[in-house]
Amino acid sequence: MLIATNINVSLGKTAILHGVNFEGQAGHVTAIVGPNGSGKTTLLKAMTGELPYTGSILLDQEDVKAIPAPALAARRAVLPQNAGLAFPFTVLEVVRLGLIAGLGSNDSTLPRRALEHVGLAGYEGRLYHALSGGEQQRCQLARVLVQVWEPTRDGKPSWLFLDEPVSALDIGHQLEVMEIARSFANNGGGVIAVMHDLNLTSMFADRILLMKNGRRVVQGDAQHVLTDDHLSGAYGCRVRVNVAPTQHCHVPYILPQVANLR
Amino acid sequence: MAILDAGIRLSPPQAGDRGPQALVVLILCAALLLMMIIASLTVGASGTSLLQALFTWASGEQIGLREKVILFDIRAPRTLLGALVGASLAVSGAVMQGLFRNPLADPGLVGVSAGAGLGAILAIVLGGLLPAGIAAVAGMYTIPIAAFLGGWASTLLLYRIATRKGRTSVAVMLLAGIALGALTGAIAGVLVYIADDNQLRDLTFWGLGSLAGATWTKLLVAGPLMILALSTMPFLARGLDALTLGEATAWHLGIPVQRMKNIAILTVACATGASVAVSGGIGFVGIVVPHLLRLTIGPSHKFLLPISALLGAAFLLAADMVSRVIVAPSELPIGIITATIGGPFFLFVLLRSRGVLDI
Ligand SMILES: Nc1ncnc2c1ncn2[C@@H]1O[C@H](COP(=O)(O)OP(=O)(O)OP(=O)(O)O)[C@@H](O)[C@H]1O
Ligand SMILES: [Mg+2]
Repeated sequence: MLIATNINVSLGKTAILHGVNFEGQAGHVTAIVGPNGSGKTTLLKAMTGELPYTGSILLDQEDVKAIPAPALAARRAVLPQNAGLAFPFTVLEVVRLGLIAGLGSNDSTLPRRALEHVGLAGYEGRLYHALSGGEQQRCQLARVLVQVWEPTRDGKPSWLFLDEPVSALDIGHQLEVMEIARSFANNGGGVIAVMHDLNLTSMFADRILLMKNGRRVVQGDAQHVLTDDHLSGAYGCRVRVNVAPTQHCHVPYILPQVANLR
Repeated sequence: MAILDAGIRLSPPQAGDRGPQALVVLILCAALLLMMIIASLTVGASGTSLLQALFTWASGEQIGLREKVILFDIRAPRTLLGALVGASLAVSGAVMQGLFRNPLADPGLVGVSAGAGLGAILAIVLGGLLPAGIAAVAGMYTIPIAAFLGGWASTLLLYRIATRKGRTSVAVMLLAGIALGALTGAIAGVLVYIADDNQLRDLTFWGLGSLAGATWTKLLVAGPLMILALSTMPFLARGLDALTLGEATAWHLGIPVQRMKNIAILTVACATGASVAVSGGIGFVGIVVPHLLRLTIGPSHKFLLPISALLGAAFLLAADMVSRVIVAPSELPIGIITATIGGPFFLFVLLRSRGVLDI
């Protein structure tokens, strides 16, 4: 269980988050959505212990601030929104950085298996800088995956914090990556993902937090959060939400309402 | 087609892993260093065949007094000191580049050597003003320790100025380095101005930047500092590798980033301070050696740091031999040799990386 209560974050002199509450469960994919600048990345950074905050953040009943870096790294991995790389590592070397703390599995085949997972088998020897944007994003995801390969360890859930994991991907790879997240959660892990694509969110997320201006608008399941009113209010554009019945459940899907079409 | 595709995509099991390649380079560099050590012990303006004397001695037989003196009182400390200084310079360059996440960071370029130099000059000129107690304890270590403190202060200052929220601005780093270098140079100028004749002689001797004055005493003084600095390599390697993804990600990967950075800064200060104290400012080793190695074995610090140490040592011994031989029986300052090789190489690197480096 990840429980964030009354989170305030200030950067410089500006208050960015105002008393945000958030809950993520092991076994769930929990999505954070909201317009640009609404504080999604900031909230994620607070929850991974990267930014100072006031309020309380408990990861499986432990205060995140009190867990030292190596112990935290064994329990959760983080995919940043913008990942840079200062020196020309190969794809395989980048993915191996996920094993650097030597806390997870010592299985040396993991990096190759992770690359296969994200559709980058055969790219091991390529230089990271010579990859396309989407390939770089998947390479970083593979690095994150090897860090907490097992969804649960010693009876405790592992956590993935993903900041826009599919923002640079084509639809095929978007689905592939979301299914990786889904199966991580189905096997007992916890996934917190910042998302922009509301239809993907609707398909894959158990719970959704909608943010605006550093505040929580609403949190709940897809049918509860993804409504015309919530979305039009938060994003400042007109959308219509329909519901597609599938074998398992009803999946809301979002249709933008635009005056000037074609 | 699909079958063809699959065939192309299947890569050999070692693809992307430059470890085996690095191991070969490591062995080659170790062999090169060994050759350079033997050459450095035996090549020079002496006339007798020292190589033969060395082998005779190695096989357990007696050798002449003259050969013994040249080999063990003159050449041996000089060779060891040269190897240690070369290793220290190359490693501090590699560590600094990893810390600043930029291949252009080098203690010589961004004012750290100048800071260490100022420390050494301060110790020479104002050392007499130290309280007798401290002076007695510090003794012959005064100059290296002062150089270490100077290097440490300037690295720390530079890092504080150039790095905000985990991001290092290369422009700020280089500009601050220039300002720092100019400032320390000015203060050094004032100190030289007020120095008396004896101190001036010490200063000139120190400023020549040569290994010519190597003695067992000097080695005893500076050696431990340099060995201490080199011993942090295994710990730093993982941290610097992680740091290539940025400070935040390094921390997410489980690296205690703040502690790691402090150790990196102390390592740079120790290595640069000690080498500046014994050999003045020798430029470019710290930039040429790591860069050349990154081109061949990749940037992984697990291999980059130890191989930099080996190659740096071999390179400096070679440069020292050239400086001894080229105008024999006199000697050129070794800094001239390294600058003659390093300057053009550095320009070449800049040209090659134009457009890639985002300065
Ligand atoms: N270092 C900073 N200093 C001051 N303000 C900042 C800083 N970083 C971000 N902000 C501001 O904080 C607010 C929230 O930023 P955040 O990155 O959390 O947004 P986001 O919801 O992730 O947006 P996006 O969808 O564009 O990624 C924005 O208004 C941004 O301008
Ligand atoms: Mg963001």
